[in-house]
Amino acid sequence: MHLPPEAAERHTLSVIVDNEAGILARVAGLFSSRGYNIESLTVADVSGDSALSRITIVTSGSPHVIEQIIAQLERLVPVHKVTDLTAYGPHVERELALVKVAGTGEHRIEAMRLADIYRARVLDATTGSFVFEITGSSDKLDTFIALMREVGLVEVARTGVVAIARGKDAV
Amino acid sequence: MLTERPTEDKAQEKSGADWLIETLDELGVEFVFGYPGGAVLPIYDALFRQERIRHILVRQEGGAVHAAEGYARSTGRPGVVLVTSGPGATNAVTGITDAWLDSIPLVILTGQVPTSLIGTDAFQECDTVGITRHCSKHNYLVRHPAEVAATIREAFHLATSGRPGPVVVDLPKNVQVASAPADTVPDRIAHRGYRPAGAPASADIDSAIEMLAAATRPVFYTGGGIINAGPEASRLLRELAALTGAPVTSTLMGLGAFPASSPQWLGMLGMHGTYEANMAMNRADLIVCIGARFDDRVTGRLDAFSPGSMKIHIDVDRSSINKNVRVDLPIVADAGQALAALIETWRARGKTAGNLSHWWTMIEGWRAKKSLSYPASRAEIMPQAAIRRLWEMTRERHPIISTEVGQHQMWAAQHFDFEDPNKWLTSGGLGTMGYGLPAAIGAQLGDPEALVIDIAGEASIQMNIQEMATAVQYRLPVKVFILNNEYMGMVRQWQELTYASRYSESYSAALPDFVRLAEAYGWKGIRIERPEDLDAGIGEMLDYAGPVMVDCRVAKLANCFPMIPSGAAHTEMILQANEVSGEMDDEAKALV
Repeated sequence: MHLPPEAAERHTLSVIVDNEAGILARVAGLFSSRGYNIESLTVADVSGDSALSRITIVTSGSPHVIEQIIAQLERLVPVHKVTDLTAYGPHVERELALVKVAGTGEHRIEAMRLADIYRARVLDATTGSFVFEITGSSDKLDTFIALMREVGLVEVARTGVVAIARGKDAV
Repeated sequence: MLTERPTEDKAQEKSGADWLIETLDELGVEFVFGYPGGAVLPIYDALFRQERIRHILVRQEGGAVHAAEGYARSTGRPGVVLVTSGPGATNAVTGITDAWLDSIPLVILTGQVPTSLIGTDAFQECDTVGITRHCSKHNYLVRHPAEVAATIREAFHLATSGRPGPVVVDLPKNVQVASAPADTVPDRIAHRGYRPAGAPASADIDSAIEMLAAATRPVFYTGGGIINAGPEASRLLRELAALTGAPVTSTLMGLGAFPASSPQWLGMLGMHGTYEANMAMNRADLIVCIGARFDDRVTGRLDAFSPGSMKIHIDVDRSSINKNVRVDLPIVADAGQALAALIETWRARGKTAGNLSHWWTMIEGWRAKKSLSYPASRAEIMPQAAIRRLWEMTRERHPIISTEVGQHQMWAAQHFDFEDPNKWLTSGGLGTMGYGLPAAIGAQLGDPEALVIDIAGEASIQMNIQEMATAVQYRLPVKVFILNNEYMGMVRQWQELTYASRYSESYSAALPDFVRLAEAYGWKGIRIERPEDLDAGIGEMLDYAGPVMVDCRVAKLANCFPMIPSGAAHTEMILQANEVSGEMDDEAKALV
C-alpha cells in the first residue's frame, strides 16, 4: 500500500486574537494536532493596550483543508476573526531578514554590490563582515540569501510573513 | 506593620477557594464529582464548610469525569469535576477527551502547584493547560484569587453554549488560599470573539423548505446535537417528521431524539446501522442532517456516500460543515432553533407532505431484509436476545441506559429501543471502555428514581470497576448487566473478519467471579447461564432495591451484524457472518 500525494495551495491567513497566555500555543498546536502545515507564523500585539494580537500564518493545503483550517481557527474561543487574504484579494506581503556575510576582497565587494541592487541596508559592518537588513516578498529574500551563499553567508534570521489587504478597509 | 482594613471590607474578602464554592453555588451546581489531593486541599476545606454542594467521592479521577458526563447527558445540566494536580489531572484526561468528542458540557477544576513552583517539576506538577489544550473547548490557568469567580462563570458559559464541551480551570494552590476583596472581583471575563451560533438565517430556512417540499426521497439524518439542544428540539424533530412524512435515522449519539416506535423510524445508520437506514441514505434525493457530523462510522467509504442526494447540514459548529462531506446547503445554527424555524416556515408557506409512497415502498423492501435478525440458539443465550428481553422487561420504566464500548454497545444500540432523549449514555466519539459504570452513577444521582442500567462487556467493565464502591457509598441502585462472552468481542470480531481469526490478545483470561466480586463490594451478584433462566435473572435484578451486577453468559463467538466493513459503501453491508471473507487487503486494514 502506498500513500497518495496531496495537492496543496499556499494561503496567507490573518488571525485576530485575544492577547492572552497560551494563545500562540493554542493556534500553533491546532495546526500540529490536525496535521495542517505552517510555512511561517508571526505574532505581535496590534491594539496598543495589549488586548489584541494579529497572527499572520502562511499555510498550504487543498482548498478543502484551507476551509477547515479557517473554521477550526474560528472555533477557538479567543479568536475574533480569521481572514484568508489570499482569497480576499489584493494584499501586500512583506518579510524582513537579517543576513550576516563574512569575507574579504572580491567577495566583500560583490556582497556590497548585490546588497545595493537588492536595496538591503547595512546594519553592522566590520573589516571582515556585514549584517544586511532586507525587506520584501519571501521570494525576493530567498533570492538574495541564495546569492549571499556564494559570497560568504554566515547566518540568517527571518521574521516570517506579515500581510495586510490593499485599499482603505480593514479586513 | 499592616494597617487594619475597615471591618465591612474584611467581611467581603474571601479566599480563592471560597470564591470558587460561592460561584459554583450561585451557578446552581448540585454535585461535584471528585477526588482530593494535596493541591486541592483548600477547596476541599471550603467544601467541608458548606452544605449546599454535594461532593461525590469517586475511586479514580477517570470515574469522576465519566460520572459527570453521565449526569450531564441525562439531565442536560453541566457536570462538574474536581481533581488534584499531576496524576489527578492526567487521570481525568481520557474523560475530558471523551466529553470533547461527544460535545458534553463539563467544567473540570484541577488543582495546580503554587504559581511560584510552576515550571520547576514540583511534586505532582504537570502542565495541565498544555495537556488539555487540544482536548477541551477552552482552558484557563487562574493566577489571582480575584479572577476565580469570573473565570468560573465564563467556563460554565463556554461549556454549555454553542457546541457544548469540557472546559478546564487549573487553580494553583496559592490562588486557592490567597484572598481577594469583593470590590476587586470582576463579574465576568468576556472573550468578545466567542459568539455561538443561534438562530438560522431565514433565507437558508426558506431554501431548506423548498428542497424538502420538492424531495421525493428525503431522509432526516439526526445526531447528538438534537439531544444537546434540549428536549424541546426532540419534540420539534417529531413535529417536523410528522409534517413532512419523511423517514428518520440517527447516529449512535442521537438515539432517543426520535421514538423507535414510530413507523417513520429507520433505526441507527452507519457501520452497525440497519440495512434500511443505510440504503435510504444511499438512495435518497435529499439528506437533512441535523446535529450530526458525517463521522467515518456513519459515512462508510466517502466517495460512495449518498451519491445522488442534495444535502442540507444544520450544525451549531461551522467547522463540522464540509469537514468530511460537501453539502449543498449549510446552516450554522442551534438545532432546536433551526427546527422551530423549519416548522414555522413549512406551515407559513402552506406546504403539505408530498407523495412519498414510492419512497416508502422502497424502504419497506429494505426493511423486509430484517437486518437486525440473528441466529437463534436454544443452547446458549444470544447477546441480542438478552438485550431484547432486557428492553421488553424494563420499557415501561423508561430506563436510562449507559454502555461501555464494544459489541455489547452496538447490540444495545440496535436492540434496545429508545423513545425519549437523555436516556442513552454512551461513549460515541472516543469509544472509551470503562465509561458505562461511572456514567450510570452520575445519571442515578441526577435522577434518584430512575432505573439506570449499564449494559457492559466483561472486558470493559473491568476498566473502571473500582466505581462499584462509589455506588455503595451513595446508596445508588445502579444495575450492571454484563454480556460475558469471555472476549474483547469487537476486537475478536475484527480479527475474525480482517485477520483470518488470529485472535491476538483478545481473550479475556483470568476473569474474576463477577458474582463474588459484586458481593465483596456489597452489591447483589446474579449469574445467568441458560436461555431459560434469562427472564428470572433479569426479574431478580429489577426486584432488588440496591445495586446489582449480572454476569450474563452469552454465546462466545456471536458477531455484531449488520456491518459495513471499513472502507466499504453503504450498499456493501454484511448482513450475516457467512458473507464474510477471512482476510482483508492493506487498504482495509489501515482503516479504523
